[in-house]
Amino acid sequence: MTESAVVMKSVNKWYGQFHVLRDINLDVKKGERIVICGPSGSGKSTMIRCINRLEEHQQGDIIVDGIPLTTNVKNIDDVRREVGMVFQHFNLFPHLTVLENCTLAPMWVRKEPKAQAEETAMKFLKRVKIPEQALKYPGQLSGGQQQRVAIARALCMNPKIMLFDEPTSALDPEMIKEVLDVMVDLAQGGMTMLCVTHEMAFARQVANRVIFMDQGQIVEQNEPNEFFLNPQSPRTKLFLEQILH
Amino acid sequence: MSLSYVRTIDAPKLPAPTTTAGTWAKLRERFAPTPLSGLGTLVIAVFLAWAIWSIFQWAIIDAVWTAPDREPCNAPGAGACWPFVQAKALQWVYGFYPIELRWRPNIVFLLGGLSLAGLLIPKIPFKGWNALFFFLAFPIIAYVLLTGGRFGLEEVGTEQWGGLLVTLIVAITGIVASLPLGILLALGRRSKMPVVRTLCTGFIEIVRGVPLITVLFMASVMFPLFMPPGINPDKLLKALVGVGLFSAAYMAEVVRGGLQAIPKGQYEASMAVGLSYWRMMLLVVMPQALKVVIPGIVNSFISLFKDTSLVSIIGIFDLFNIVQSGFNDAKWASAQTGNTGYFALALIYWVFCFSMSRYSQFIERRLNTSYTR
Ligand SMILES: Nc1ncnc2c1ncn2[C@@H]1O[C@H](COP(=O)(O)OP(=O)(O)OP(=O)(O)O)[C@@H](O)[C@H]1O
Ligand SMILES: [Mg+2]
Repeated sequence: MTESAVVMKSVNKWYGQFHVLRDINLDVKKGERIVICGPSGSGKSTMIRCINRLEEHQQGDIIVDGIPLTTNVKNIDDVRREVGMVFQHFNLFPHLTVLENCTLAPMWVRKEPKAQAEETAMKFLKRVKIPEQALKYPGQLSGGQQQRVAIARALCMNPKIMLFDEPTSALDPEMIKEVLDVMVDLAQGGMTMLCVTHEMAFARQVANRVIFMDQGQIVEQNEPNEFFLNPQSPRTKLFLEQILH
Repeated sequence: MSLSYVRTIDAPKLPAPTTTAGTWAKLRERFAPTPLSGLGTLVIAVFLAWAIWSIFQWAIIDAVWTAPDREPCNAPGAGACWPFVQAKALQWVYGFYPIELRWRPNIVFLLGGLSLAGLLIPKIPFKGWNALFFFLAFPIIAYVLLTGGRFGLEEVGTEQWGGLLVTLIVAITGIVASLPLGILLALGRRSKMPVVRTLCTGFIEIVRGVPLITVLFMASVMFPLFMPPGINPDKLLKALVGVGLFSAAYMAEVVRGGLQAIPKGQYEASMAVGLSYWRMMLLVVMPQALKVVIPGIVNSFISLFKDTSLVSIIGIFDLFNIVQSGFNDAKWASAQTGNTGYFALALIYWVFCFSMSRYSQFIERRLNTSYTR
């Protein structure tokens, strides 16, 4: 049996009275690529944000790369070093150049010397195909370029797990492909990935498993071909009909 | 039958209408686009001409330029009494600092001026060392040089300090102390810890709700009552603490405004890459927040600079107080002495405040990396 990268056991979360995550059980193996889909407000973002403690769960256990997520600050820091995240709205640091965006955390969190951090940063900027933009500011780049910088920034911390929260939803159609290409490349490199996305072609191409969420629950999960051709639950069928047409 | 409505040959170019071309039309466009606004322009122009001429007449044409004492300034129709300024200028700068020891404040002025220029002018290198000198070494050097009593330097009590020297000491101490204190208070006010939040909010609201004069009175009159007998800190020191805390409370609110402008995504991205709270604040949030509120910060600095004149209330001879006290000098008291003194005073304050304002505009432009399209 391969090792688990992320384990969620009976995880529950409430926003006040609102039960946003209901009894989530999930076991992501190392190297596995998971795509999470579901209607708006179903708790997809909340679930993956619990994995790096941007949101706090109230019941159940989350174990990331063997580290249990508790209120222990040290554990939270350790988990965040293992997990990289890419956001829908990029969230680059606008006052820093592209290169500085990528070297900030390696230099201040991992105490890498500047030269080494810059070398790593350039390596990943090449990998996302924008080394020539290194000295520009995020505001000078297109959306697709900004999102690729955001991916490079996360990779510079050498994470074992990458979380993507709708990385292409804020992009114009012609920029979606350049970001997806980078993600496919990453998947083929063996990265453990959890992606919230409605790009079904991407799911078919790289995912080991597609998870469908609705009303805070994991309703169905399956290998992509089965998932799309042969959905079991009526809610999944309804959802797939809506997004595939 | 074919009809064509589209012209295939360019129409000949007509000359621009005379009402919109030429110098005359441009002037009219700028100053009197409609009859009513033309009237407005005229009224303003007449008023400006009158005001500028009056000042010019008073300050230059009718002014007394050289005089041994007040007599010429007392003559009917005399304008500004510049000899008074000349006679008092050194006192305005140093207060009652002993004349033979004025080389000491001079060195302080020189060191402070040089390292401040080094900090403010972007092209000059060694910013780190310069900052270290200005914020750590310089205050100690200035303190030792100005007070004396050590290293064979004759002691000079702060009651002898005065003039621009004291105004600059109070203003710069206030400015340098208020920014870091204000940042801490602003962070405290947004803290998740209830005790910290309550303390910071309480401090800010109490200090902001009270005039600076009251704070200064409290510091100089009330404060000693609570201290054990025999301990009475220096008057200037108390004023410095009062002004520093007062401006910190205002600065805190300015900084808080900037913090509110930073989107949640910036915090999330910082946490996601593993930055701790203080690193996130120092490296990501504060640089952006402070940049947003540069106009507000400089506005606070300018207020603070002018508010330093209030320390005269508790008997400190800052620039304002020393200029005013010169009016009573029997040798110079004349009809025009007061006017001239206040005019010069206004000019000095204005030069300092205007420089701060221009410098902040320059820095704002330099720091603009948003490239919003
Ligand atoms: N901070 C919050 N306080 C209260 N309710 C919240 C908060 N954040 C999210 N919610 C609610 O929790 C539910 C799940 O939100 P979440 O962002 O996880 O949905 P999602 O599946 O990512 O949706 P979308 O596809 O629109 O991004 C939503 O109904 C939302 O209104
Ligand atoms: Mg979402």
